[in-house]
Amino acid sequence: MNMENIKDFLLHDFFVTGEPMIYMADVAIILVSLAIVFVLTYFKKWKWLWKEWLTTVDHKKIGIMYIIAALAMLFRGGADGLLMRAQLALPNLHFLNAQHYNEIFTTHGTIMIFFMAMPFLFGLINVAMPLQIGARDVAFPYLNAISFWLFFFGALLFNLSFVIGGSPDAGWTSYTPLAEKGLDPGVGENYYLIGLQLSGIGTLASGINFIVTILKMRAPGMTLMKMPMFTWASLITSVIIVFAFPVLTVALAMLTIDRLFGAHFFTADSGGMPMMWANLFWIWGHPEVYIVILPAFGIFSEVISTFAGKKLFGYKAMVWSMIVICVLSFFVWVHHFFAMGAGPAVNSFFGVSTMLIAIPTGVKIFNWLLTLYKAKIRFTTANLWALAFIPNFVIGGITGVMLAVVPADFQYHNSYFLIAHFHYVLIAGTVFAVFAGLHYWWPKMFGHMLNERLGKWAFWIFVIGFNVCFLPMHFVGLMGMTRRLYTYPADLGWTPWNFIETIGAFAMGVAFIIMVYNIYWSARYGERDTTGDPWNGRTLEWAVSSPAPEYNFATIPEVKSLDAFWEMKKNGEVEKWRKQPLEPIHMPDNSYRPFVISVLFFIAGFGFVFEWLWLGVIGLIGVFLCLALRSFEKDEGHHIPVEEIERTERAAGRL
Amino acid sequence: MSETHAVATESRGPLEYATKDGQMKIFGFWVFLGAEVVLFSCLFAVYLAYLHHTAGGPTAHDLYEVKGFLIETLLLLTSSFTCGLGIHELRRRNKAGVLAWLLITLLFGLGFIGMEVKEFVDYVGEGATLSTSAFLSSFYILVGTHGAHVSLGILWMIAVMIQLGLYGINPVTARKAFIVGLYWHFLDVVWVFIFTAVYLTGLVL
Repeated sequence: MNMENIKDFLLHDFFVTGEPMIYMADVAIILVSLAIVFVLTYFKKWKWLWKEWLTTVDHKKIGIMYIIAALAMLFRGGADGLLMRAQLALPNLHFLNAQHYNEIFTTHGTIMIFFMAMPFLFGLINVAMPLQIGARDVAFPYLNAISFWLFFFGALLFNLSFVIGGSPDAGWTSYTPLAEKGLDPGVGENYYLIGLQLSGIGTLASGINFIVTILKMRAPGMTLMKMPMFTWASLITSVIIVFAFPVLTVALAMLTIDRLFGAHFFTADSGGMPMMWANLFWIWGHPEVYIVILPAFGIFSEVISTFAGKKLFGYKAMVWSMIVICVLSFFVWVHHFFAMGAGPAVNSFFGVSTMLIAIPTGVKIFNWLLTLYKAKIRFTTANLWALAFIPNFVIGGITGVMLAVVPADFQYHNSYFLIAHFHYVLIAGTVFAVFAGLHYWWPKMFGHMLNERLGKWAFWIFVIGFNVCFLPMHFVGLMGMTRRLYTYPADLGWTPWNFIETIGAFAMGVAFIIMVYNIYWSARYGERDTTGDPWNGRTLEWAVSSPAPEYNFATIPEVKSLDAFWEMKKNGEVEKWRKQPLEPIHMPDNSYRPFVISVLFFIAGFGFVFEWLWLGVIGLIGVFLCLALRSFEKDEGHHIPVEEIERTERAAGRL
Repeated sequence: MSETHAVATESRGPLEYATKDGQMKIFGFWVFLGAEVVLFSCLFAVYLAYLHHTAGGPTAHDLYEVKGFLIETLLLLTSSFTCGLGIHELRRRNKAGVLAWLLITLLFGLGFIGMEVKEFVDYVGEGATLSTSAFLSSFYILVGTHGAHVSLGILWMIAVMIQLGLYGINPVTARKAFIVGLYWHFLDVVWVFIFTAVYLTGLVL
């Protein structure tokens, strides 16, 4: 290869060139990276970063890192959304061209689902779930760190695509044969396939980890039916993960093999069936919807019960409805492509099974309402998000039942009506929940409260902006506007609605900025949480100081009933529990290897993206070496001596 | 979490379950095998859907030969039996016995992999490659994924045997040997399905 060839490769295939916005992004990425390096060097924080964060196996710190990464991805995915809304604000705009628009709706969807919603929920599960069950960490802390770093480097690989090599452009569903090599050459789709594969492995590991943690590590006395609802939601979500994610693994691997090695799983020729991809994708994809909504239900249950000051209404019905949703979630996938033409019998089955899900979900909605009935409700920011969830989510639920009506679905299919539907369930469900959870558990993570006034401003602007943006999409959808259009003519009557939608979208952007400012403001001036129990909470995470100490519980409490901490407070048992004699606490050791193994996965992944198989193989050999080193490692952990526990507890005012 | 809490009291059942850490890791591995069942189910479903999608290329009838896959089956099923004997010796705390039976298991496993590689090479020689048809894509990926699992299992078993040799039988090495045994038996179960759904079905249908 001579110099001309190298230059040609770099300018045409490697770096994305010719787009002013991309150049701006290049500059921004370089400046931000330099700024981070400068700050870390100037304040001599490299060692701190490595020892306290990059090598940590502490579930709370891993949870916090998940949340930071998810907020960054919310920014990226949100920016994509705003670019789309800007392009669609008026007819015949040329702000984005068709190709650029395709890339942006692809990355918007992929990032929001895989790199925002899931990690945000995983972050909250990591922070709160072990505390709720009275455990000192998850079952496999080392594996937990691997899960996080695989997600992180999977997300990094995916995000690299828009400056190096080019973004994927076949939609977040990556339907074949469009996503096959013949119709979509270039590396964009490879980024999609391998980025998701990496983070998917991490997700599967998390699912296994959470199941074992919840089933094997609960405090004495906490039977399954005495677990907090968020823990129940985490358990059921993990079960769905274990049975759904392998399907995605297989689908991604097959499409990768099609693209890299010329197989014919989903090609239109040589016997391949493009709709096989759609089936596999949605056999994973519909359970995935419940993976991001059940933890959200769990958060709302905790928040509503806490701020209503009442036991959750219908606890058993809440648990069973989640189990029913979990089972049904595997029997509805065809409703994503009724238009495929599977025939009336198949479509009817999947239409009915889809409608059935409305029953357990309805049970849950009524249980939340009945928890609030005749309660002295405290309207904190966390609770406002939970209260706004109920009516907004119900709108999404009702349109969901409408979409399940097969004959009608041929009208709604892939229209903006569908876009409105799933944004109402995913934003009003998942996004409201992670915001509620963020405000609710913030003091437990950082020891100070988020400012309520700023929080409420952000809440109102976001919720109003959300409805202004997505409610009109129902109407333009019924007027015939289909999804993934990059522009539209002026004479269809869509223009005013689209313009209004864009205003709503930017309002949500403003609310996000207020929220980020709130984080900054509260860190500096926010009220400190000295009690560990700022909300008069009901579950065990509020029994420990804020932020929770490394070992979580100096002594493990004995659980006698649901809402264990509430009962302890009511019966005056808190002081007695705190005065129990201390013993040395065994904790796992930090390890550099989860980080390193994920870097090696990233290197291998980058190799496969560019089809440089030698680099892929080198990376994978490194991965195997790390696995072997781990096998031969004696990982016995360490003990925290009683004096140190006493010192920590005294500093928190507990002794 | 803790391997130092390992108080191995022999009265409380098998050594690999003696510590909380051992119990959790074994249980976690069972959950992982649940995920593996789903993974292989997808590969089987895709293969069966593509059974006749041969696109004018070689069919199952043209390719499969009874003698080859029968020997493969016997090798792998026997290896599962010897692996079970190894775990039996583990329960008897007989280190030499464990190592001997696991070594035999490994040799059977290597024989199986050798046969499978030869089978694939022969097919490719007959012009049946990954890119010939959807049928062959799904055949190579289903059977190849199983073969890759067995190969990884061989490397893994070697690592566990070295540790058994170095450190003797203790709650940690017992747990490791037990888990690699679970993995090995699981791969045998998958092979029974491959034998039925791929080879027998391919010759009959």
